[in-house]
Amino acid sequence: MRVNLTVNGSKETVDDVWEGESLLYMLRERMGLPGSKNACEQGECGSCTVYLDGVPACSCLVAAGQAEGREVRTVEGLAEGSTGAGDQRLDPVQEAFVEAGAVQCGFCTPGLVVQSHDLIERVPDPSDAEIREALAGNLCRCTGYEKILDAVRLAARRKAAAR
Amino acid sequence: MAAPIKSPGRVSAPGDGGVGDSPLRPDGTLKVAGEFAYASDLWIDGMLWGATLRSPHPRARIVSVDVGPALAVPGVRAVLTHEDVPGRKLFGLDDPDQPVLAFGEVRHQGEPVALVAADHPETARRAMERIAVEYEVLEPVTDPRAVIADPEGLKVQDRGGIVRHQPVVVGDVAAAKRAAEVVVAGEYEVGIQDQAFLGPEAGLAIPAEGGGLDLYVSTQWMHQDVRQIAPCLGLDEEQIHMTLAGVGGAFGGREDLSMQIHAGMLALHTGRPVKMSYNRYESFFGHVHRHPAQMRYEYGAAADGTLLYADVEIVLDGGAYTSSTVNVTGNAASLGVGPYEIPNIRIDAYGVYTNNPPCGAMRGFGAVQACFAYESMMDRLADACDLSPVEVRRRNAVSQGSRLATGQVIEAPAPLAEMLTRLEAMPMPPALDTASGTADLRDLPGGASQTTHGEGVVRGVGYGVGIKNICFSEGFDDLSTARVRLEVIGGEPTALVHTAAAEVGQGLVTVEAQIARTELGVQKVVIAPADNRVGDAGSSSASRQSYMTGGAVKTACEAVRAELLALAGRRLGRAHGDLAVAGGKIVSRAGGVLASIEEVLGGDAIEETREYHHRPTAPMDPVTGQGRSHTQLALCVHRAVVDVDVDLGLVKVVELAAVQDVGRILNRLSLEGQIHGGSAQGLGLAVMEEIVVSGGLVRNPSFTDYLIPTILDMPPMRLDILENPDPEAPYGLRGAGEPPTLSSTPAIVAAIRDATGRALTRVPVRPEHIVA
Repeated sequence: MRVNLTVNGSKETVDDVWEGESLLYMLRERMGLPGSKNACEQGECGSCTVYLDGVPACSCLVAAGQAEGREVRTVEGLAEGSTGAGDQRLDPVQEAFVEAGAVQCGFCTPGLVVQSHDLIERVPDPSDAEIREALAGNLCRCTGYEKILDAVRLAARRKAAAR
Repeated sequence: MAAPIKSPGRVSAPGDGGVGDSPLRPDGTLKVAGEFAYASDLWIDGMLWGATLRSPHPRARIVSVDVGPALAVPGVRAVLTHEDVPGRKLFGLDDPDQPVLAFGEVRHQGEPVALVAADHPETARRAMERIAVEYEVLEPVTDPRAVIADPEGLKVQDRGGIVRHQPVVVGDVAAAKRAAEVVVAGEYEVGIQDQAFLGPEAGLAIPAEGGGLDLYVSTQWMHQDVRQIAPCLGLDEEQIHMTLAGVGGAFGGREDLSMQIHAGMLALHTGRPVKMSYNRYESFFGHVHRHPAQMRYEYGAAADGTLLYADVEIVLDGGAYTSSTVNVTGNAASLGVGPYEIPNIRIDAYGVYTNNPPCGAMRGFGAVQACFAYESMMDRLADACDLSPVEVRRRNAVSQGSRLATGQVIEAPAPLAEMLTRLEAMPMPPALDTASGTADLRDLPGGASQTTHGEGVVRGVGYGVGIKNICFSEGFDDLSTARVRLEVIGGEPTALVHTAAAEVGQGLVTVEAQIARTELGVQKVVIAPADNRVGDAGSSSASRQSYMTGGAVKTACEAVRAELLALAGRRLGRAHGDLAVAGGKIVSRAGGVLASIEEVLGGDAIEETREYHHRPTAPMDPVTGQGRSHTQLALCVHRAVVDVDVDLGLVKVVELAAVQDVGRILNRLSLEGQIHGGSAQGLGLAVMEEIVVSGGLVRNPSFTDYLIPTILDMPPMRLDILENPDPEAPYGLRGAGEPPTLSSTPAIVAAIRDATGRALTRVPVRPEHIVA
C-alpha cells in the first residue's frame, strides 16, 4: 500500500508498505530514519517514541497505515528547523542529555529525549515527581536514571532562561 | 564491497579534558540526534534478512527436519541446517561444545535449529514457521543439586554433569566448629537475571572478495568472536574483517556469540549481504543469563562477632553448554565469603550442566550470587551477637595486607572499615509522614496505584558490602592493544586512537581521548571505529577496559611522545631528555616553550602500537583453591533505605547510598553513571528481576513480564567516591563498573528484613515473601 504523511515537516509518500508493518518499521527501514529505536516492539520501553500529531506515541504500536495524512516528528527532527538525517543542530533537551551524562549506550536516548521534550513543553518547570511520572514509560538499563533527571532539570532551566 | 550506508564512523572528541576531567562523550551528539549507527540500524543495498528457527523444547531428539515448504515461500533465498555448516559444527566462548545449529538433540528451549534468509524480515519469519521439525521430546534435567548427586546419570552432555567443582580449603573447619560460641546458618537462592540490554542482538554480514566476510556486529570482544566464527565457517581468521557496530548495552550478554556465525553462513551461501536483528522475545533466548544459584552457608564466631569459620556450598546452574561457567564458578569460590577475614574456610563451588536456560557472563560474574548469601549471613551474625550490621562487618573487615579465602594477600589499599564508617555517617532521607494521612501517594510503595494511604508502611535500613575481581583472573594472559598516530590535520596536531575495544555505553571512547590528551598534550583526538585490523583488546567485561585498554592507549601514547620529543630534539638542536609536551607545545624545563607540535611534526606522522598486560595471575589449586588468582580487587558498600507496605507486600526503595574506592577518578561524570547504573541493576535483582523457568521453559520472555527498574523504581543516590590508588594500575585506577552491582542487592534485602522481620532468603523478593 501507499502511505502519505508528513515527517519532520516534509511531505512524504511511501510505497510498497506491507499492511502489517508498524510506523516504527516504516520510519526505520523505508524512510532512512533509524533514530527511533526497536528495543521491545511491544510498547513497554519507550525507545521508539515519536510525536504523532504533536502527541508522544510508541511508534511500534502504531500501524504504518494509521499514520496516513498525519504529522510525525522523530528525534531526527526534534531540533528547531532541523530536517533530520545528518543535520546535527540540537534541541536544548538533546544538549542537556549529553552534558549531564544522561547518555551511556544511548539506545533509550531518542525516546527519552522526545518524551522529555514533550514534558517541558507542557510543564516548563517540572518537579522531580512530575519528571519521574512523565518518563515512567521509558526504560534505561545503563544510567540508573539519576543523570537523566539532571538532564531534564537542566533542559527546563535553559528553556526557561531562553523565553 | 562498499561499506554499508549506515555504518560506524569515526568520532571526534571535542574540547579539553584530560585524565580527571569530565569531557563530553565523543559519541554523545550522534546518540542524542538519533544518528549513531547501532547494529540494528545497519543497512546496505540488496541485503537479505535472516531469521532463526529455535527449539520449543528444553530437551528433545531431532527425528527429522524438512526445509522444503520453507524454501517454496516466494522471497526466500536460503534455508540452512547443521548440514550446511561449512566447517566445525561446534563453537563456544571458552570451550567449543555448543552446536552452531542443533544436530541429534536440542538441549535448551530456544536452541537454534535452522536459518532462513529472505527479502523481507516478515517473509523470513513466516518461512521459518513452515520448516517442519519432528522432535521426540525427552525429560529435561532441571535440578542442579540432583546433577551433583548423580553427575553420570543426569548427563545433558556426554562429558558428564559437572562443569567445574572448585573447593577452597583454609585451616581446620572441624576444629573451629568445636570452638565457636555462636553458629548461624542459612540457605539462599538467586533467580536468573537477564542483562536486558536495550539494543537487540543484531549485525550485518557481507561477502568479501576472495571468499572472506565483512562483519558488522554489536559485541563485547571482537577477536574472541573471530576465533570462534572462523573455524565454523571454514575460513582463516584473516579472512574475517569485523567492525564493531553501535552497541546498545551489553552487561556480559554479548560476550558469547549470538547471530555472528548464522549471518555469516547465510551471506556466504547466498552471496548477498545478510542482516539479522532479534526482537525482544528472541533476545531472551539469544544470549546467556546470570547463573541462578542455590547456596548453603554456616558461619561460626566468637561471642564478640569475630568470625572463626565458614562452611559453604554454592551451586550454579550453567544450562546446557559451558559458556563462561568455569570462570563464574571460580569467582564464586574465590570470593565466596567476601571481604572478611576468616581463619578457617571450606567452600565447595559447583557449576553444572542442565536443560535450563544457558547462563554465562553478567555484570558481577559469580561474585553477585555469593555476595547476596555472605551479606545475608553477616546480618544473621549481627543479630546473633547483638551487634549492629555495620559493626559486625567492621570487626571482620579485610584491609590492606589481609588474605582472601584463596590465600592471596590484598596488596593495594582496601579500607573497608573506613568505608563502612563513612557510609554510616551519611545523612538519612527524611522520614515518610504516614501519620497525618497527607502523604503524597506517589511516594508510597506501589506509587500512584496504591490502594491504602500508607497505614501499613514501615521503614527499614540495610547495609551491603561487596568485593569484585577486576580484569581476567586464574592465569589468563590478559592483554589489550592500542595504535596511536600523531599528525597534523588541518593545521592542528591530532591524535588518532585505534583499538579493538568495545564501547558498549560505559564511556571507554571518552576515557581513551582523555588519556591521549594527557599523554600527548594535544586537544584534538579522533577515535577510529573499533575493528580487528588492530590487535586484540580483550573483552569489555570484568570492569577491565579502563585498566587494560586505558593502559594500552597510555603506553602507546608514551611511545609516540618519546619519538616526538626525540624528533624535536633533533630539529631544535636540544637534548631531548630536557623536553616535554604541554598544551600543544614542546617545552623545556630550562627554556620554556620552544615550538609547537605542528612545527616539529610538519608533514610527518608518528605511529606506535603497544600491547599492555597486567601482572600475571595464578590458577586456583584444584584441591585447596589457593593461589594468587586475581590481579586487582575492588570494594563497594551500600546503604539502602526502604519503605515496605507490610499489608500488601510492596517495596519502595527510598534511597541508596554508596561508598566506592576507585583508586583514581578518570572521569567523574562517567564514573557516577557506572555506580548509579550498577546499583540499579542490583536493585532489579533485589526486588523484581527474574527469568521464571518451569520444566526448563521460560515463562516471561518479554519486557511486559520480565521487569527492570523504571525511573519510578530507582531512588535518588548519595555517592562518596574514594581515591586510594593501586600502584600497579595505570594512573592508580581501580575498575569500577561491577562492584556497585554486587552490594546494592543485599543492602536492599537487608532493609526489607529490617522493616518486616522476615528471613527473605531468596532474590528477587516478591510481595508473597513479605506478606506470607
